[in-house]
Amino acid sequence: MRREVVKAAAWGVVVTLLLASLIVLGSRNLSHFDAALVAYTFAVLFATFGLTYRYAMWLQRPPTALYWKRGWQVFFKRGYRARNIGNWFKHIFNDIVLNRFIWSRDRLRGLTHWLIMWGCILAVAITFPLVFGWLHFESLPERPEWYRVFFFGFPTFSFPSGSIFGFVIFHGLVWASFLVIAGVMLAMRRRMREEGAVALQLFAEDFLPLILLFSVSLTGLMLTASYTWMKGYAYDFLAIVHAITVIFTFLWLPFGKFFHIFQRPAQLGVRFYKDVGQHEEAAICRRCQQPFTSRMHVEDLIRVEAELGYRYEINAPGVEHYQWICPPCRRVLFALAQGKLWQGRRGGVDLGVAPPSPPAYVNPAIGEGPLGQEDKNNFHA
Amino acid sequence: MPVPQRMEFFIDLGRCIGCQACVQACTECDTHKGQSMIQLDYLDRANSTQTVPVICMHCDSPTCAEVCPADAIKKTEDGVVQTARKPRCIACNNCVLACPFGVPKMNTPMNLMMKCDMCYDRTSVGLKPMCASVCPSQALFFGTREEIERLRPRSKPVNRFQFGGQIITTKVKMLAPKDTPADAVDITAAMYQPTIGQNILEEMLLEI
Repeated sequence: MRREVVKAAAWGVVVTLLLASLIVLGSRNLSHFDAALVAYTFAVLFATFGLTYRYAMWLQRPPTALYWKRGWQVFFKRGYRARNIGNWFKHIFNDIVLNRFIWSRDRLRGLTHWLIMWGCILAVAITFPLVFGWLHFESLPERPEWYRVFFFGFPTFSFPSGSIFGFVIFHGLVWASFLVIAGVMLAMRRRMREEGAVALQLFAEDFLPLILLFSVSLTGLMLTASYTWMKGYAYDFLAIVHAITVIFTFLWLPFGKFFHIFQRPAQLGVRFYKDVGQHEEAAICRRCQQPFTSRMHVEDLIRVEAELGYRYEINAPGVEHYQWICPPCRRVLFALAQGKLWQGRRGGVDLGVAPPSPPAYVNPAIGEGPLGQEDKNNFHA
Repeated sequence: MPVPQRMEFFIDLGRCIGCQACVQACTECDTHKGQSMIQLDYLDRANSTQTVPVICMHCDSPTCAEVCPADAIKKTEDGVVQTARKPRCIACNNCVLACPFGVPKMNTPMNLMMKCDMCYDRTSVGLKPMCASVCPSQALFFGTREEIERLRPRSKPVNRFQFGGQIITTKVKMLAPKDTPADAVDITAAMYQPTIGQNILEEMLLEI
């Protein structure tokens, strides 16, 4: 068996055992564990193994391994720590809480993702502690109509079970499913109407997650409808259908689109990497002598490309590696190489009268040439 | 649906007249509305008005995808290297800096790499990419091998390019003179090449 597979499997086992121990501990030796939810617990434990395994495999790919390491190194880099901690809160708020970058893509997409994300977060925050036995309710001995909330076996606040607050708490999953269903409807609408999405989407990657989220939310709502308005009609059947949809979703977590939930926070590390890189030495293009990205980034890419088996080394004096050539000069080289092939047949006069000027966008407007500030820096726009 | 195998993309950079029609048409594409994926540069503005339109060459072994730490760039079975998958791209810029042809762009506010996907919404249903459908000098040409042989009898499509010690083979073909040797076109050999004057109107546009 390959070394990285063994390593990833070992991580999977360790993290799964850790969660299992926390379940035993948090439910006080399973005394508050609801045996009816045992299938959910095992599905979560399987998903934990699968997610950790995939995450560990992903981290061992050469580019990911390097950026994982660099992300931590630049975060703790001397002289940047206070600034990085401040930026960490800023990025968490803007990227993860508000999803600002998704709203920038399209307002409706931003709203869609926001609804699905917050619906899922709310549902997970309620169900996981319940399934693990970390959360349970007890009536107060002196006031039986009041409930006390116990978390991890510790008593916390109490409230009257018939109050509006109690209604809101006990129907938390209903509110979560409203959010998710609204988000799924918007996402489905886009996937059926937008030609760009229609051309690129795949069933397993793009539709299955939406179908799963919809099924979980709908069957969950049907359970509530059954015991609230239909005297428990078909409750057992609905409970099994709901369990199947939820367990399948858990089992699918490590394989499909849902993995981005765990992969995506890596963009925080990238933000620190780019931020520190901007304040450090820039890379200078060895053809046009213009600065583009950070020197650190070019050197890291040279390492990654070598590990991947690419051989972009160049013998030309003063160049060493193709990675030291900026992207605009690469485009120009492409045209010059073609021009050289046609020399003598299509004109052929060398125009090297003045010193060559750096390549420049014909149309440097944002969206037509560069797409943002980073492109402006990397493409000298 | 995959892009039909008989339809190929041919580029002839020397024919570009810098009209920017491709830049504008590209923004109409449904997969990246309002953003142009064409890279249109002046080669050497101090000495020449020559422009170079670069689109994704769709490499057989795409460096952009290999260096992506998020595994966000995928190649479809028809050889088209797709733009970054939105849920995965972490906007690290690796692809932008590693692409040997300098193609990908970074949309900073969206935290997303974007690149030419050969207008997949169009080509996958048998239509021409936006840029090729508007290019007046046909520097960007999308059609069959028979069409290009009939239209450019002096040219031959090549798709092997050398960058230092690395040879890259691409789905998109560049047009070279008919008698070009079969070896890969050495791109980095042009490192200190001066810009070459070309008589576009007489010698090229009247070729057909």
